[in-house]
Amino acid sequence: MSKESVIKGPVYVLEDNVDTDLLIPACYLNLVPTIPEEYRKLGSYALAGLPDGCIKFTSNSDGSTPYPIIIGGRNFGCGSSREHAPIALGAAGTKAVVAESYARIFFRNSVATGEIYPLESETRLCDCFKTGDLAELNIAKSTITRISDGKVFSLKPIGAVAPVIAAGGMFAYAREIGMIKS
Amino acid sequence: MTITEKILAKAAGLSSVKPGDNIWVNADILLTHDVCGPGTIGIFKREFGADAKVFDKEKIVIIPDHYIYTKDQKAHRNVDILRDFVKEQNLPCFYNPGTDSYCGVCHVAMPDLGHVRPGETIFGTDSHTCTHGALGAFSTGIGNTDAGFIMGAGKLLIKVPETIRFVLDGEMPDFLSAKDLILHMIGDIGVDGATYCAMEFTGSAIKSLSIDERCTICNMAVEAGAKNGIIAADEKAMEYVSGRTKKPFEALYSDDDCVVKAEYRYDVSKLEPVVAKPHLPDNKALVRECKDIKVDHVYIGSCTGGKLEDFYMAAKIMKGRKVAVRTLIVPATRHVEQGLFDTKIDGQSLRSIFEDAGVDPIAPPSCAACLGGPYDTFGRTHGEEVVVSTTNRNFVGRMGSKKSMIYLASPYTAAATSLTGYITDPRDI
Ligand code: SF4
Repeated sequence: MSKESVIKGPVYVLEDNVDTDLLIPACYLNLVPTIPEEYRKLGSYALAGLPDGCIKFTSNSDGSTPYPIIIGGRNFGCGSSREHAPIALGAAGTKAVVAESYARIFFRNSVATGEIYPLESETRLCDCFKTGDLAELNIAKSTITRISDGKVFSLKPIGAVAPVIAAGGMFAYAREIGMIKS
Repeated sequence: MTITEKILAKAAGLSSVKPGDNIWVNADILLTHDVCGPGTIGIFKREFGADAKVFDKEKIVIIPDHYIYTKDQKAHRNVDILRDFVKEQNLPCFYNPGTDSYCGVCHVAMPDLGHVRPGETIFGTDSHTCTHGALGAFSTGIGNTDAGFIMGAGKLLIKVPETIRFVLDGEMPDFLSAKDLILHMIGDIGVDGATYCAMEFTGSAIKSLSIDERCTICNMAVEAGAKNGIIAADEKAMEYVSGRTKKPFEALYSDDDCVVKAEYRYDVSKLEPVVAKPHLPDNKALVRECKDIKVDHVYIGSCTGGKLEDFYMAAKIMKGRKVAVRTLIVPATRHVEQGLFDTKIDGQSLRSIFEDAGVDPIAPPSCAACLGGPYDTFGRTHGEEVVVSTTNRNFVGRMGSKKSMIYLASPYTAAATSLTGYITDPRDI
């Protein structure tokens, strides 16, 4: 998990029910995330399931993404338990997703891997931003600012998983509280 | 407490729990397969050390099933990673492709192999692990990191879910199946209607269903966002389990005065066959409202719709008739494949009924096109095909091509559709 508490850059905007087949199509699940070269490759296929005609997500020449923040609607990450989904986003260079709500396993995998911050917005931000808009996400203050006009939108507090995120993922947290040996 | 709360309390060594509690729960079974197993093993080794041993050999079940019949080299490499690990750790519950122990789709194999017991906790690196709640277990899908954690530590920190109860009463009408019931429920509450919750199914209609059909219902709980689906074990379930495992277990049941978040009631005798239209499982429509939709092929398979009873239903419709469109049959497991020979309707085996109807050559058991997969996967879509499928997801690109249109349906509806080439209500055949 990136420990940066302020993340600034262009946003990529998606809507409701973004599913795991869109985040990383099944034909790329032969890649094993713990093999470094395949981890990077997964990043280059992030959002490869977007319908044809959409703005390419991984448009940098090295296969990474220029969008550190993704904005979504309700039920972000629904579908499969493939951890390849948050990993692909993280490997592509995304730091955070800000959505109205999450599918349980995607949220959990994001926290457990520490790949991305899964943040919840108070309002429906996918109607307030369009892809390419510059934003500044302040994790400590739970806000996201639209740079063009300075409008600030508030996010929900991180809640029960805050200690896991703060520790840097499931293993780090379990070591911190003595549940497994260091 | 609800059944889910009781199982979790027991697995956490607590006398009681309530929804929202974050507790460390012991795992009775950790299930993984070829798509998520290699990554899980990678995390296990990275975090617990190259020489670490799994927490309990007997409790790790590895069932490769996703990318089996493909030329994809990485897919084969991944199964080899599993083979090496199984050898290194000396794991007894491994079902090895290319050998007699290979079985096929993990969620159909798990209960059949006796790995599912009432009152136990099952974690699996696959979202449809919720299937196993059909036998009164707490069973849920997790990612590689959590699975790597369990592999070493034998437990996981989880939040106790609230329960939404679905009471289904009434007599099942002819040609209505469990798939229709769950598509109705998902259609009513939406794809995020049970997010973070347990879906508990009860009522006389649930009791009347076979174990295969109960599995179909719990299988799709995740399509409403649920953490787990669960059906308390009755005599039918107990008999099924006792015939398959020697391990002792204790079935648990919801208290009469337990607190649930919401309750939905259905009289199944009033329900009609439905489909989920593209591209979400909650996009419900009555089958008879879709009769103008022309399809390119019909797919009968997967952990949702590739069990023996699913093929029995399909064969009832297809017997003595001819298919009008390409029809793909993928038995979920080798046991189901064998069942197609052994199970007969009026003296004719299911397999021969399908062959006489003119279906494509029956594929070997695996997940096949249910999730698209490598380009050479059997039945995968590559263009703008319209497909009626007994699987569980119809997201854009789920069966391969982003341009194909997937309608989720029951085996009855799928078979009826294959006979006409248009989405067809099985009651009209
Ligand atoms: S049959 Fe489909 S849904 Fe079931 S485990 Fe395989 S890929 Fe997943």
